[in-house]
Amino acid sequence: MRPILMKGHERPLTFLKYNRDGDLLFSCAKDHTPTVWFADNGERLGTYRGHNGAVWCCDVSRDSSLLLTGSADQTAKLWNVKTGTQLYTFNFDSPTRSVDFGVGDKLAVITTDPFMGLPSAIQVKRIARDPADQSGESILVLKGPQGRINRAVWGPLNKTIISGGEDSVIRIWDSETGKLLKESDKEAGHKKGITSLSKSNDATHFISGSLDKSAKLWDMRTLTLLKTYTTERPVNAVAMSPLLDHVVLGGGQDASAVTTTDHRAGKFEAKFYDKVLQEEIGGVKGHFGPINALAFNPDGKSFASGGEDGYVRLHHFDPDYFNIKI
Amino acid sequence: MATEVMSMEDIRASALRLGIDFSEVDLDSIRLPPGEDFGIISDDEDLKEEEELEFEAGFGNIIVVDNLPVVPKEKFEKLEGVIRKIYSQIGVIKDDGLWMPVDHTGKTLGYCFIEYNTPQEAELAKEKTNGYKLDRSHIFAVNMFDDIEKFMKVPDEWAPPEIKPYSPGENLQHWLTDEKARDQFVIRAGSDTEVLWNDARQLKPDPVYKRPFWTESFVQWSPLGTYLATLHRQGAVVWGGASAFNRLTRYAHPQVRLIDFSPGEGFLVTYSSHEPSNPRDTHRVVLNIFDVRSGKVMRDFKGSVDEFAIGGTGGVTGVSWPVFRWGGGKDDKYFARIGKNVISVYETETFTLIDKKSIKVENVMDFSWSPTDPILALFVPELGGGNQPARVSLVQIPSKEELRQKNLFSVSDCKMYWQSNGDYLAVKVDRYTKTKKSTYTGFELFRIKERDIPIEVLELENKNDKIIAFAWEPKGHRFAVIHGDNPRPDISFYSMRTAHNTGRVSKLTTIKGKQANALYWSPAGRFIVLAGLKNFNGQLEFYNVDELETMATAEHFMATDIEWDPTGRYVATSVTSVHEMENGFNIWSFNGKLLYRILKDHFFQFSWRPRPPSLLSPEKEEEISKNLKKYSKKYEAEDQDVSLQLSEQEREKRKIVKEEWERWISEWKQLQEEEKLERQKLRDGEASDEEEEYEAKDVEVEELLDVQEEVISFD
Repeated sequence: MRPILMKGHERPLTFLKYNRDGDLLFSCAKDHTPTVWFADNGERLGTYRGHNGAVWCCDVSRDSSLLLTGSADQTAKLWNVKTGTQLYTFNFDSPTRSVDFGVGDKLAVITTDPFMGLPSAIQVKRIARDPADQSGESILVLKGPQGRINRAVWGPLNKTIISGGEDSVIRIWDSETGKLLKESDKEAGHKKGITSLSKSNDATHFISGSLDKSAKLWDMRTLTLLKTYTTERPVNAVAMSPLLDHVVLGGGQDASAVTTTDHRAGKFEAKFYDKVLQEEIGGVKGHFGPINALAFNPDGKSFASGGEDGYVRLHHFDPDYFNIKI
Repeated sequence: MATEVMSMEDIRASALRLGIDFSEVDLDSIRLPPGEDFGIISDDEDLKEEEELEFEAGFGNIIVVDNLPVVPKEKFEKLEGVIRKIYSQIGVIKDDGLWMPVDHTGKTLGYCFIEYNTPQEAELAKEKTNGYKLDRSHIFAVNMFDDIEKFMKVPDEWAPPEIKPYSPGENLQHWLTDEKARDQFVIRAGSDTEVLWNDARQLKPDPVYKRPFWTESFVQWSPLGTYLATLHRQGAVVWGGASAFNRLTRYAHPQVRLIDFSPGEGFLVTYSSHEPSNPRDTHRVVLNIFDVRSGKVMRDFKGSVDEFAIGGTGGVTGVSWPVFRWGGGKDDKYFARIGKNVISVYETETFTLIDKKSIKVENVMDFSWSPTDPILALFVPELGGGNQPARVSLVQIPSKEELRQKNLFSVSDCKMYWQSNGDYLAVKVDRYTKTKKSTYTGFELFRIKERDIPIEVLELENKNDKIIAFAWEPKGHRFAVIHGDNPRPDISFYSMRTAHNTGRVSKLTTIKGKQANALYWSPAGRFIVLAGLKNFNGQLEFYNVDELETMATAEHFMATDIEWDPTGRYVATSVTSVHEMENGFNIWSFNGKLLYRILKDHFFQFSWRPRPPSLLSPEKEEEISKNLKKYSKKYEAEDQDVSLQLSEQEREKRKIVKEEWERWISEWKQLQEEEKLERQKLRDGEASDEEEEYEAKDVEVEELLDVQEEVISFD
């Protein structure tokens, strides 16, 4: 089917997130306004105004009432999804790069960039039922990894936190004690910075994308490397189909190199791989720049990609897709 | 001797027993008697030896000047001034770098040491001033300081060299005996250099030998594939062997930049250029010619870059490579280089000029050897503003007799293309139009093997077409030309024979509007790859010239290099690191089927291992190609076996992978089940877990749209 082209952002996309019901799509971009769209027809539903910098990441609560956004303006904000009002602002001393709600939406993990001599950090915040009771206090602050931490997500039962970043190491932390439990193996792990990290729906395994032109699938509890998907270009975004055994990789070269390369050289395609056999199935073209963000609809029948070109493309799969055999 | 390893604890215990305070013992003070190793065999023996070979004493920038006048104290300063004046012209003498020893009375001893900033300067100084006549009785004898020690070691009496017992070497052509008749290739990616078999049947390469940091710049096969040469700061090395790649011979040549084998692999030419210490001077170049097997320097050439930079373009820092071009086919009999108004032809018997002098040719621009015969083709441009025509002449070596000459008018440039058997020579001639504003191109075709060497002129139908590429069919009689002005040029094929064998060139066909700018004939002829590299992003067309039809079109996006394997069965296309992405190579069958692709970051080089020419006689080859069916049956059966086996293996592999995945899934399911309650608690009792909600199901829906009854006549 023809993809739906969603124009609404003025700057490159940074992150995409569906709510659990799969009817809403939240998009973040380097312009300062996260936007919510109808996931079915791509109609714009509303925006969340208030950030004063690029918005890097967002997460939505299970009941689709709360939106958490992290921005380069050194804040993370809680929003009322329905009304678009700001509920709370977490203030940090450096830009926030990624946010993730824990199971039950009572905890959130937020990563902050290295900035003005401050090292990067992973911070855990309690999310109050009633926004009036919300406090900005961190329950836990984890430090240690060199360089930016591009993504941190909760492990099973909120017992662990999984992080990946510029130092190309995936780490599992104990979310109670803050102890480092596991590190990805140097040999098996990524060779260059990790750009994205995405959990499976049941939070048993996750996929990481890296500038080393590969994506890797890991067991969430043991950090065992299960699969590796290699491609020709740096990977900026990864997503897993909740329905079929497919993974999608998006990427391209650095944004700074876009203008100096042939548009086909960047091959700004979203590439589909068989999750189990690690073989490439196909690609979806369209963006005029590298793909920065990917997300699967929880029903597995559509996916969205966000590019450096400022567009979100919403793809509903053709019936053929569900019959792919390799 | 027992070499049981004692732990520190054991040692302490026995020390206590012997009443020795172990902490008092200075372990470093223990000295082993010379020659005694206490049974501990050192494994760095090889290392030590290597280092000694590779590095000299480190006094490479010091020279010793001998035969100086012996002067008393009073004249010391004057002499020093004179020497300093002479030697500082050549390079920068280090502070306190001039030392002239004196005896107890202050009289000089007749020699001095001079230390330069660089070994190159020292080398130059030695070269330039050895034999310098200061006056009648003082002729300088200049030597490198490092060499003095070497000379000292020369025994006073000649001792006959030890004759080493003959030890049979490895079969350096072992790779040719591969049962599956596969070919090898070498690739360089990142810091690794790797030799692999092209296992087209298994659709993947099969590793042979891999080594990180094998070379410091590039690797190169010798023309017959026997050796693989690597380049290092100290010189070049060739490798080869039956099972692995062992170091065979080293060729010392500091800072070697380029190498070139003679066609018969007998000799190796190495080249380096050295920055001058004085910016006014030109670069100095050093060329050595080694005997490949013995590693001995047969002859060296040194000089300024200008002496070697005449004729041709391209190459490194103004020198057109190869400087020395080898002639006379695989016998390595002659080599030649172009100089100002001369062609210098050397022969390898004595490594001297033929007849002790170069061939004088006023204003010669370019020359090339016939690939098989000792025949030189020369090109001399127009002289005297067009009064004297340009000419191309063929010269026989060693007689230096002119076989054929052709005068050409209003020529702007000429390029020579030899057919690989030396049967034909095509000269592409760019001529000025009458207005001299533009040029057009024609070909002069020489039939070398026919009596009197007839020449034919070929002009394209559209005279104004630019020639983009030209290529002879290897061992054949056909050639291909890409011509045209627009972005989609035409490609024409010509044959030197016609149907009636009248010895006239005839056009076979022209294919119009192709995205191609390079031609790659199969080494066996008949097939050609029409490639669009650079601007055309790697368009490939596999063309059969016998049938004049396209077999396949394909694309290897951004491809930079294309190379046929030596047998003409496979084609390798590669994207090297000139591009940032897509690095790696593809292997195609001769008819354009993609067999496999390998991605490698920082991919620098792909090179097939050449094969020596076939040992079969032409008659035998004819016979084989006639009865090809009979011979190929065996291989076809083998192919089928392999492909069956392969698909079986593939199925098996997939099954294993799938099963393994299933195991993970079930494990996860179980864990999920176990944690269900806890998860519910975290969600304040909300039960639904997301994983059960969606499932792929095939649902067939039949809907009755319309029912119609129709009577069909039956007859």
